[in-house]
Amino acid sequence: MSTNMNTRNNEAKTLDHDLEKTRDFLTIIIGDQLFGIPILQVQDVLGQQKITRIPLAPPEISGSLNLRGRIVTALNLRNKLGLTPLDADEKYMSVVVEYDHELYSLIIDKVGDVLSLHDDNFEKNPGTLDPAWRDISAGIYRLDNRPLVILDVPKLLDSSKV
Amino acid sequence: MDELVTEFLTETNESLDQLDNDLVNLEQNPNDKELLSKIFRLMHTIKGTCGFLDLPRLAKVAHHAENVLGRFRDGDLEVTRAYVTLIFESIDAIKAIVHHIGMKGSEPENDYPGLIAKLDAVYEGQGLPVQNAAAPEKPEAASSPVEMPTESFDIAEETIDFTPPPAAPENLPVAAASPPPAADHGDGDGKNSGGSATQSLRVNVDVLENLMTMVSELVLTRNQLLQILRVQSETDFTAPLQRLNHVVSDLQEGVMQTRMQPIGNAWSKLPRIIRDLSMELGKKIDLDMIGQDTELDRQVLELIKDPLTHMVRNSADHGIEIPSIRQASGKPETGRIVLHAYHEGGHIIIKIADDGKGLSTQKIKDKIISNGLASESEVAGMSMQQIQQFIFKAGFSTAEKVTSVSGRGVGMDVVRTNIEKIGGSIELKSEEGKGSTFTIKIPLTLAIVSALIVESAGERFAIPQLSVRELVMASREGENRIETIKGSAVLRLRNHLLPLIALDELLHLRPAHDFENKTNYYIVVTQIGNYSFGIIVDRVFDTEEIVVKPVSKMIRSIEIFAGNTILGDGTVIMILDPNGIARATGEIETSDSKISAAHDDSSLGDHARRKIPLLLFAAGDRAPKAVPLSLVARLENIKVSDIEYSGNQMLVQYRGSLMPLAPFNNSISIEGFDEKPVLVFSDRDISMGLIVDKIIDITEQHIDVQVGSSNPALMGSAIIYEKATDVIDVAHFLQSINKDWFKNHNDDPFGQETGFAGSRKKRILLVDDSPFFRNMLTPLLSVAGYEVTTLESPIDALKLCDNGALFDVIVSDIEMPVMDGFEFAQKVKAHGRWQNTPIVALTSHATPQDINRGHAVGFEKYIAKFDRDTLLAALSQTLSDNRNQAA
Repeated sequence: MSTNMNTRNNEAKTLDHDLEKTRDFLTIIIGDQLFGIPILQVQDVLGQQKITRIPLAPPEISGSLNLRGRIVTALNLRNKLGLTPLDADEKYMSVVVEYDHELYSLIIDKVGDVLSLHDDNFEKNPGTLDPAWRDISAGIYRLDNRPLVILDVPKLLDSSKV
Repeated sequence: MDELVTEFLTETNESLDQLDNDLVNLEQNPNDKELLSKIFRLMHTIKGTCGFLDLPRLAKVAHHAENVLGRFRDGDLEVTRAYVTLIFESIDAIKAIVHHIGMKGSEPENDYPGLIAKLDAVYEGQGLPVQNAAAPEKPEAASSPVEMPTESFDIAEETIDFTPPPAAPENLPVAAASPPPAADHGDGDGKNSGGSATQSLRVNVDVLENLMTMVSELVLTRNQLLQILRVQSETDFTAPLQRLNHVVSDLQEGVMQTRMQPIGNAWSKLPRIIRDLSMELGKKIDLDMIGQDTELDRQVLELIKDPLTHMVRNSADHGIEIPSIRQASGKPETGRIVLHAYHEGGHIIIKIADDGKGLSTQKIKDKIISNGLASESEVAGMSMQQIQQFIFKAGFSTAEKVTSVSGRGVGMDVVRTNIEKIGGSIELKSEEGKGSTFTIKIPLTLAIVSALIVESAGERFAIPQLSVRELVMASREGENRIETIKGSAVLRLRNHLLPLIALDELLHLRPAHDFENKTNYYIVVTQIGNYSFGIIVDRVFDTEEIVVKPVSKMIRSIEIFAGNTILGDGTVIMILDPNGIARATGEIETSDSKISAAHDDSSLGDHARRKIPLLLFAAGDRAPKAVPLSLVARLENIKVSDIEYSGNQMLVQYRGSLMPLAPFNNSISIEGFDEKPVLVFSDRDISMGLIVDKIIDITEQHIDVQVGSSNPALMGSAIIYEKATDVIDVAHFLQSINKDWFKNHNDDPFGQETGFAGSRKKRILLVDDSPFFRNMLTPLLSVAGYEVTTLESPIDALKLCDNGALFDVIVSDIEMPVMDGFEFAQKVKAHGRWQNTPIVALTSHATPQDINRGHAVGFEKYIAKFDRDTLLAALSQTLSDNRNQAA
């Protein structure tokens, strides 16, 4: 992943600058977009799991799965973001987050690296952003080569409640 | 020993330990007001409680100690070490007494006169006679405490950190070497903890909850292992796993036991409530409580406490009558409310029975109709049981007045919701005049339930065993077969029709079923209260003990799920909520939608515009026929071979008597058929059968008969399902077959007198308590061109009058309960608004006296009930008379 190499170099520089003004994010990839989740919110990263369907649930809820004895609700971010679903044979991954005392598994395409990003590069959502995306985005970091959308996990999960 | 005393001992021991610590702190900080008040309160509580429990010696010591503490608190007395020691001495004395009580069940003989004298001396400000004489009053308590406190305060600090650590390091070794004061009060006191403390132990509920969660997980893991074992039958693990299995089961039971509490705990407040209520309401009520020891899970107990209290209040308030009424109805003056709890197959059954007045079916009916929960015709077709069920619906209270006790309309529906929330059910049996019994069935625990695992469309689901009655295999042929009525499936089960719900359809897993094709279905017969229904599934696995976990907040609003769980094989599975399924499909939903419909109706009198359930059938020609369902008593299939003849009249032996039969018309042939569907109409004990070709459907439609008919058998045509449908005139058939039933006037055919051309339709108010006649006359009158409003009781009619409704003519029955037609006519004529509205009497027997009386009270016309032609003629005549008068 050349992009990640670049950003890591950046990261090293920013770290030297100012430690307090950086935050750590786990990058995830959905389609061709790079997203970030605050690293402290991430509990687990999972590969493919056996997911039980939940009938009558909204389409973005893929179902529930068993993570070491706890029941985790799986949420398909492709669906949530209005992207075409992955083909059945394509591998996916998921990131487990805890919110409001419950675990959620966010199904994504794959996980990238952990980045430390400097606040100076942070910007609010552009006004032209797709409303479905604006709902779940906490803002954008300008990376050297591409923007990184920060997932607002609470907002994302609240907006999926039935 | 008395449970109360045990509890007191546990509590007091705790307080005493606390006191020890606090006193040590006090010695360090003599000016800490807050601490002083706290110590004072603790001592005061001990004094208060033992006074209540009749422990005079203990009370005396505590009292005198409290006096001294009181002076400390008021600042009259300086807190000195000597005084604190004295208090310690008192505490030791109290400990000794408490210990004695714990061991022997009674107070010791020792009165501690010396101690009390010293306390009094200090209290009176005389100081202590000899500084050190605090010691050997009683050997078991005094010796150590005298010197102990000074050395042990750092222990106190470790447990309760009120003060900054004062030179703790130096004191530590001493303290460690000597036992802390709490555990040290003489030789006998070593067993103090053996006396009362080990009998019961206070454990934080969170600890128990946590333990329970872990045991639940252990149970799941055990299940998982057993699952593996089932697949690989012979391994080395077999024996240890079996043992593990047993141990886990025992452990589960043991941990459950820690959460169990006798149901009596939830009842403890009831005697007082009943006493207060009987005072307030002027009633005499006995409360019997049976099975107080029945144990159930703490959590469940908490959840049913309020519903139970509410129901007992209800029984006292609505159920039990006042003594005079009870006497008048031949009952003992004192009413009885019986609470009975017992275990039954993994559930707890709680019965709340009273011998009061029971539920008034009539009152409920009125309420149902006035609240718009169901139409009159629907109510007329309901069984008593069904009607009584309405008290569980929202916004329903039969109490005529709202008391401070109940009647606020937030009642039984809340109770039911709360009980159903914990997977329980509630049933009601009530007999008017004799009393009511509520039976609540709740699971012993919420944590682990036994559930049936089923499969539908490849997905597995769990159904709590609690609501599962039985499993039925339905096939196309054979005894249990699925039949469809307009697409909705029913199962004929032991001569009852059981409504069926296909799980896959309900959950949108698969498109609708085609019951004709597939042969075998599994049906889980489920019961919620008195409502039974079947859930169609593809496969049924075995039952499993599952731990119910709440579903994610994200999907909590899907009421079909009660929770989810992890099965033995590690997969997550959704737990179905039978209550939710019933709600999503059954009656409850329809009644809810009716409530909203009723709110749209601005006035009471819109019943006539409500939809009427109609039976659609085919007979003779192609046009479908319809008849108001409420007029049909039963649907039967009569064997053609059973039909007998008397003259030209077809008869069949039916329910022990001969029932006349009539074909719908001449084109109906019975030749060449084995069986023919027959609609049975009956009124009182007379029945007749109408032979038709085929029953098509039952539907709810607003009857708007648009075209009159020249065929006397038909009332006219209406549009139903976008098809012209003949609405039949039941009266015609009844008349044709039984001349005694209807007096036959050969008056003008109706319709001729009904040409109110150009003007609006004339409005008729029809008041009749008999649903049969209301149903019969409504279509009859509406086809004759009237706009009909029907009401069951004159009282409702007068309300309508007050509300400002206007009618062109009122038709009223004479024999009605509560207010008869004569009184009604009188009231109407006295009432301003309807004074000039003509009123026509309708009665089944008209004697000359009756007719005279009728005219006297203001009836314009007096017409025999079954004489529809005369009625129509009379109506149009009355209306034209009235018009002429007005003109």
